[in-house]
This record gives sequence, structure tokens and C-alpha cells, in this order.
Amino acid sequence: MRNVQMKQNERNLGSPRRDLRRQTVIGALCLAFLGSAILSAQQSKPWEKIPIPKLHAFNPQEPKRIELKNGIVVFLQEDHELPFISGSVLIPGGSRDVETAKAGLIDLYGMAWRTSGTAKMDGDAMDDFLEARAAHIETGGDVDSTAISWDSLKGDSDQVFALAMDLLFHPKFNEEKLQLAKQQEATGIVRRNDDEGGIADREAMKLVYGANSPYTRQPELATVGAVSLADLQAWHDRSLKGKLIVGISGDFDPVAMEAKVRAAFEGLPPVEAAPPRHDEFAGPKPGVYFINKEDVNQSNVEIVGLGTDRRNPDVPALAVMNEILGGGFGSRLFQKVRTELGLAYAVGGGFGLAYDHPAAFRAMVMTKSASTVDATKAALAEIAGLNTKPFTETELNRAKDDILSSFLFRYDTRDKVLAERERLEFYGYPADYLETYKAGLEKVALADLTAVAKKYVHPDKLAVLVVGNGPQIEPSLDKLNLGPIQTIDISIPQPGRPASVEK
Amino acid sequence: MKSGAFSWFWKSVLVLLLATMSFAIAQGQDLKSFEQRITTKVLPNGVTLIICERPEAPVFSYSTFIDAGDVNDPSGESGLAHMFEHLAFKGTSEIGTKDWPAEKVALAKVEAANDAYEAEYLKPVGRDPKKLAELHKVFVEAQNEAHKYVIPNQFTEVAEANGAHGLNAQTGLDDTQYFWSMPENRLELWAWLESDRLADTVPREFYKERDVVMEERRMRTDSNPIGRLVEQFLATAYVAHNYGRSGVGWPSELSQISATEAMAFHKKYYVGGDIVVAVVGDVKASEAMPMLEKYFSKVPGGPKPEEMTTVEPKQFAEKSVIIREQTQPFYIEGYHRPSYRDPDDAVFDAIQDIMSNGRVSRLYRSLVEQQQIAAEAEGFSPFPGDKYPSLFAFYAVPLPGHTPAEMREAIHKEIDKLKTTDVTDAELQMYKTRARADLLRGLADNQGLASALSEYQTRYGDWRELFLQLDKVDKVTKADIRRVANQVFVASNRTSAEIDTEAPAIAKQDGGTE
Repeated sequence: MRNVQMKQNERNLGSPRRDLRRQTVIGALCLAFLGSAILSAQQSKPWEKIPIPKLHAFNPQEPKRIELKNGIVVFLQEDHELPFISGSVLIPGGSRDVETAKAGLIDLYGMAWRTSGTAKMDGDAMDDFLEARAAHIETGGDVDSTAISWDSLKGDSDQVFALAMDLLFHPKFNEEKLQLAKQQEATGIVRRNDDEGGIADREAMKLVYGANSPYTRQPELATVGAVSLADLQAWHDRSLKGKLIVGISGDFDPVAMEAKVRAAFEGLPPVEAAPPRHDEFAGPKPGVYFINKEDVNQSNVEIVGLGTDRRNPDVPALAVMNEILGGGFGSRLFQKVRTELGLAYAVGGGFGLAYDHPAAFRAMVMTKSASTVDATKAALAEIAGLNTKPFTETELNRAKDDILSSFLFRYDTRDKVLAERERLEFYGYPADYLETYKAGLEKVALADLTAVAKKYVHPDKLAVLVVGNGPQIEPSLDKLNLGPIQTIDISIPQPGRPASVEK
Repeated sequence: MKSGAFSWFWKSVLVLLLATMSFAIAQGQDLKSFEQRITTKVLPNGVTLIICERPEAPVFSYSTFIDAGDVNDPSGESGLAHMFEHLAFKGTSEIGTKDWPAEKVALAKVEAANDAYEAEYLKPVGRDPKKLAELHKVFVEAQNEAHKYVIPNQFTEVAEANGAHGLNAQTGLDDTQYFWSMPENRLELWAWLESDRLADTVPREFYKERDVVMEERRMRTDSNPIGRLVEQFLATAYVAHNYGRSGVGWPSELSQISATEAMAFHKKYYVGGDIVVAVVGDVKASEAMPMLEKYFSKVPGGPKPEEMTTVEPKQFAEKSVIIREQTQPFYIEGYHRPSYRDPDDAVFDAIQDIMSNGRVSRLYRSLVEQQQIAAEAEGFSPFPGDKYPSLFAFYAVPLPGHTPAEMREAIHKEIDKLKTTDVTDAELQMYKTRARADLLRGLADNQGLASALSEYQTRYGDWRELFLQLDKVDKVTKADIRRVANQVFVASNRTSAEIDTEAPAIAKQDGGTE
């Protein structure tokens, strides 16, 4: 599940976005940071003399949780700072629950649901109505969920809520809008090999989970073409039987809002539990994999394995180890590959931590073609070093400081508190998960780091994927000494009659 | 997994960052409430401090806005402002060093070694490869010697260990911004860090960082089809002004920028009069302002540097760029428009909104929904900067089987409509309503607000303009839109660029294109 967005999600077909106007000091991969420098005794450290007063008292406002008799859960989060009201309904089931022959169905559903509209108001009329009020209703899908969300000025919120409920309960899927969505999807498919980073992302995950795994299988022109209007309606009818989670935030009267939400959802039949999943996660076949792309001068290197999920009691120690390995400016990967060797702008990585299935272990580095082998070796050495280069007190303390002193930013706005509660409800985690997690982080000791490194870091089980310009990569990849190089074919299957021209 | 119809991301980024220059917002009472919560002070050295009290949670965000960017890079030194921005994370004479006096001597030797190497490297005739190799060795050894005194990344580590969240900086053509958020009890620590790095940057590890920035260029520009296209597009659209120059830097220039040049840039542009610092969050101005004043007084004073004299001459011939390669087709075109200070600035915003904002926009309805030839189509402005006369650009992403030529034709039809027929009352009203709501929505975000306040203070000399600009939005008329469209969207003022897909060579394995 992802936080519900008010706006349609990015579809990166290559817009000349803001990033083309801006260079930044750190790349997207460096998410959080920590340190390992050896401090000198002579340094006067004037910053350490600056007093750090006690933090102002803060009790983040929890949303009100209401469980309806049918099992639907509602969260109401009042926030009167600005005259807006927003809401969302999170619906279990996503792309991992779709048959392989129809991969892409959730993307099409997410687009066509909203653009089709309802019997009372079709999608185009809805666009006019909403945009005139600077309001939004959007729908979308993800790997494990779909969602409808809305947002408007307070004065328009009754109308917008009613419209959102009409779209939720009475969509009228429209063939033309499905075709429009198919064209958009087809455009994404035929363009997917233009973007080097996109290729690396996608193929790295396929190495971890398998090319036909529910978590990685990709839409193809044929599978998108196979999706019918009836499929969208059937998906909708089926997923609406699940445990819906409703979240509302903003400038509303809580009594009136509760009554309104009850009226909309209380009449639904009891929710049906989602069937348990029986996925298998074997992890990648170790070795070196290569994808040739001759219009680039930089290699994208991904080193991948299997990660874990957040129910694992080792997660706090793994999170601290992640900070030490690849969290940011002070991490071993950043310090070595970027700061010391100057071989990369973007470098980082760590164990992925998902909520209900094992995420991936992933380290990545982007480096000029000629330094591909050097940078890959340096990154591999830092990963292996988790088992051979002892963690220091300095590293441990700084990693914990980094995570804990910025922990506040997980709940510093009411919307973040609401989103966290919805997430925990969706995955069936206790409401005090963040507190438990924080307490776990505080307790992590050096011995825990050594133990999780031993338990989870297995360099011989990792796969190395290089996307880059073959002829420029010199020394060549066999100098990695990790066995034969396996070339991956990423050519796009062309069905006899592409979905994109079905009109 | 992604879904959704087109790049709202681009749009939301525009609204948050770029459009802070143009959309403004909220009614009089909002301005009044902000006036009660905002305190500004101009220090004797010229630095402007802004504090906005928003005690929703015990955190604050800041934005340091420098009125200098890559447009100010001297000739032959493209990419310099951005290189300097990277240097600003390397620490000072007090943080990041084991022994500053000794490190300073070592760094001087690095510069001398670089100068000697560059002199030999640049010899047009008589370059001696053996001597060059020796000089390079000396250069590398000098760096290794200087590195012995470095505590790598100490500046950022101290920030992060104290809860810095979203720490980053960005260099545009017009300006440079530094920003992060922190727990409120670290305000003084932040003030020390920020003022120290503004006032006391040292040329530490410069040449390694230059390699890092070269990788950044490879990632954003060289290895990205749209990055390559846009660099050529801008270089073609401009003949005189630095907006036509690569912002990250041409490889030959970026790879030879020296630490001495970066420090000269700092000396000239990082002076008080060029700097606005805005802090938003759980901060009391009465207590914080005297403390901030103490720290930020360290920044060197000095007048704002002279403004540049170059004005892009009027374009009189249509220009185009065609890239033939094995990537998917793409089309972009741009027309020169005046800077943000032009009285018609809000008219351009109105055109952008009506042409591009959401599924009701003209380009979406025409190219995406009705003609079904594009996956995305939008117009946006100003690009690539806003401080100087820039471009109003349109782009479209063709659906499979459709060509850049079709995009061009369809975009021109929509532009012609703007010129010949008034927009509807509903469209114009929609622009005004959305401009107001978008500004209002941005007010609940500490970081976005800090960025907007520092930017408006710099660009208009008064943060209030963030709110007052709504008056200009309200005054836009249908006649204004027709007039401006007729003035600006003419063939002789146009530069276009496209990718035409070339068939792959036979028997290639890398595939990916039709």
C-alpha cells in the first residue's frame, strides 16, 4: 500500500520535469543518513558547546477510530488549520492478486475507474465539476491495494463526498475510457527501455522475486490487450467485499462527519477476509547479469538479494545496520564509493523492510562505464565488510542518533499520523507499532548488529545486475571474478496486433 | 506499480516550487494573520532573516536562498555554482578537519599542483605526455596528503545525528537553495552550522567532488534521452544569454573547474545582500531573532554583485533540433517570453493553467482524449528559469505509432485557438479559483512555506508579494490572454526539438524500441 495521493500518480513518460532545471547535492537513493568518521581529539567542536534544550512537549493527535458492525474501519482526523477536507477509502487487493495473463489490469482499473465516472455523472463531467472548485477525486492501484481519494475546500465538501461515494459504489465503467487507459499503458510499455534507471529497477526486482512473480510481472501489450470492461467490473465488485479502511482529515465537525460516514458505509454486508497468500520467496540466483544499452555513458549497478518483513523481531537491528551500510552521507557505501573514491553521485542501499512479505536487499551505484568494475567491487566489499569489519561504538551511536532524533518526522503532521494508522490497520499491525519499533531501536547494541549481519548478510547469495554500455565497460565484467556473465534480453514482446491500436 | 493518466508529479512540483513565483494566494485576512506571525530583519551585513511562527509540532524547516545560480557562472566555467553548492557540504575551518592550519597549507599545494597540471594539459602545442603524467601524480599525491586532515562528511553527520530531515540543496540557473527540517530544540545548533558554512566554506576534497558531479551529469543528462534533448533545445533557443548554457556544466568545462574558481564564486556571490534565510515552525521570533542575528552576522557583508548585462536578443528565425536515435519519439517547443517582473506574468500563468492543468485542460482534451495521439501534452513556463526572460514551452509524448510532427501540428492548432477566440468565462474562473486554492494548500507545509517566503523576499524584496500576487491573478482578462498569445506564440519566436526514432541495427540484442 502507498499513501493515498490526492493527485494522479506520476506516470514517468519522460516529462521535462523540474529535475532538469535543478541539480542537487544528493540523489534520490540516499534516503536517510548516518556516520562513521573517526573524530580527532584535537578538534574543538564548537557545536558541541551549543545547548540543546528539552524538546517542547508534543502529543501527536491520534485520529478517532470507529469500527463499524460490518468490520469496516473509519479514522477521523480533525485539523482546523486550513479550510480543506480530504478523505480516502483503501481497498484490499492489488496487482499481485491478478492473473498473469492480465498483468496491467490494476493500472487500467486505476485509470478507467475515475475517468469513466458514474451513471449520474460521467468522468468528463466530473472533471469539469471538480476542477471548477479546485477539488479532486482520484482512483489508483498498487501491488496490494486500490484506493479512491478526494480533496476539496470545506464549502464544497458535501458535494464532493457524495460524488466520491457515488463513484465508489456505482461506477459505470466505460469502454472508451478503458481504451484510453490501454493506450496510456501501451505508451509506458514501449517506452520502458528508454530509461536506464527504470530498466535497472525493474530487472533487479525480477532477479529477486522471479520474472513471473506476482510482485514483479510486468504488463505487456498482449496482457493489457486481454483486459475487458467486464474484468474491471468484476474486480471492482470483488474487491469491495474486502475490509475497507476509510480515512477523513481536515476542517470538519466530528459528530456530523461520523454520521455521514456511517450512513455511507454501515449498510454494507460484513467484510470478507482476504484469502491468505502462499507466495514463495527464493531470492536471486547468484551471479552477474548484464543488460546492454549503448546510448548511455554510465552504468547502473544493482546488487540484490532477499530482505525481510517488519514482523521480524530483527528489524530494529537491521534498520540500524542499514544506516551504517548505505543510509546516507556517513554510511560506509557513501563514504567509500562517493566521498573517498569519487566514483558515484548516487550510491546507497540496505535491507528492504515490507509489511507483509519479504522486501529485497538492494545496493546500487551509478558510475561511469570505465569504472563499473571498480565501483561494483568497492560496493561488494562494503557489503561483505558487514561480516568482517567490526561495527564500532561510534557507528552504532551515530546510526541510532540519526534514526531516533529524526523519528519525530514520522508523525509531525496530522496527515502523517493518519496515514500511519491506516497503514497499520491495513496490514494488521498493532496501533502502537511505532512506539514499539522506537523502543526496539533504542535497545540495539553492537552484538545485535554482529548477529544480524551474520544471519542475513550472505554475499554468495547476491546477484549483481549491470545496465550499461557494453563496449565502454573496460575492464570488462568478467574481471569481477563472479562467474560467467549472463545477458538478459529485455526486448519488448510485440503481439500481432498491439493493444494500442484497438479503437 | 504506477497508475494514473499523466504526470501530475510534474504538475505538483510546479505548484510547489516553480509556481511559487507566479501563483499567489489567500485573502486579505490570511495576509493579516501571516503578518502577525512573521518577523523579518535585515542585518548590517545585508542578510535578510525571516521567521514564521507555526507551532503545530516541535519542529522547524529552513530555506537559505542565494540569489545566484549557474546563470552566473563565468565564461568557461559552466557548472560552477552547482560545484560550489556541493562544496558547501564539506565543512569549514572548524568542522570536518583534524588540523585546519596544516590542512590549509596542504590545500594550497593541491591548488598549485592542479594549476601546473592544467597548464600542461591545456598546451595547444608541445604537450609532453610524460610530464603530464608526472604532474598528475604530484596532483594526486597532494590530494592524498590533504585528505589526511579531513574528517569526511562531518558537517552532514552532525546535522543528521541531530535529526536533520530532508537535508539537501539545489542549484538552479537563477538561484541556489539549502534546506532541511529539524526538531525545534536544535535551532541554535542549526544556526551555527548554517552560518558557519555560508561564511567559512573551505576548498576541501574539491576534486573528488568534481568527479561526483561529473557522475551527476552522466546520470541526468548524458544517459537520459530527455536530458540530452533538453540540453540541445535550450542551447539552440538561446544565442546570447546564459539560459542556453548547460546548467550542470559542459563536460570540458565542468571537468576543469578549480577550487580557486569555486572560492572566487563564493567571495563574489555569497555576500549578505544576496542571502535570505527563512525559518518556519515552532520558533518564537522574540527569542530566536537575537540568536540568529548573532550567528548570521558572521556572513561577509558587501554589496550585491552587479547584474548581468546580457539580454537575449529578439529571435527572428525559427529554429529546430532533430535527434535521431533508438529511443521513443518526443516533441518540445518553446517561445521566448519576458521575465517574472513583466506585468503579464500572471497572464502566462493563466495560459499554462488553461492549456495544461488536469483532465479539463485543452491540450489533454484535444491530444489525449479526442484525437488520441498523445499520452501526455502540456505547456509550462517559465523555463528554464524565471529571473530573466525565459521560454513558454509545450511538450507532448506521442502514443505508439504517432509522430512528433503530429504533436507539433496538434499543439499549434490549440495555440491558434487561443489567438483567435477568447477563452471561456468558466476557464478563466477556474484558473483563478485553482490559483487561490493551490496557494492556500501550500501554507500548511513548513518546508514549502520557508522556500516560498525566502524566494518571494529575494525576488520582490517583500515576502508579502506571495499573497498580494493574487490581485494580479484576479485582474487577468480574456483579452489579455489573446493579446499575449498573439505576441508570443509566433513562428519566428519558436524553437522546437524532437526525437525521431531510428530503427535498430539488425541483430542487436538490446532491443527496447520498435
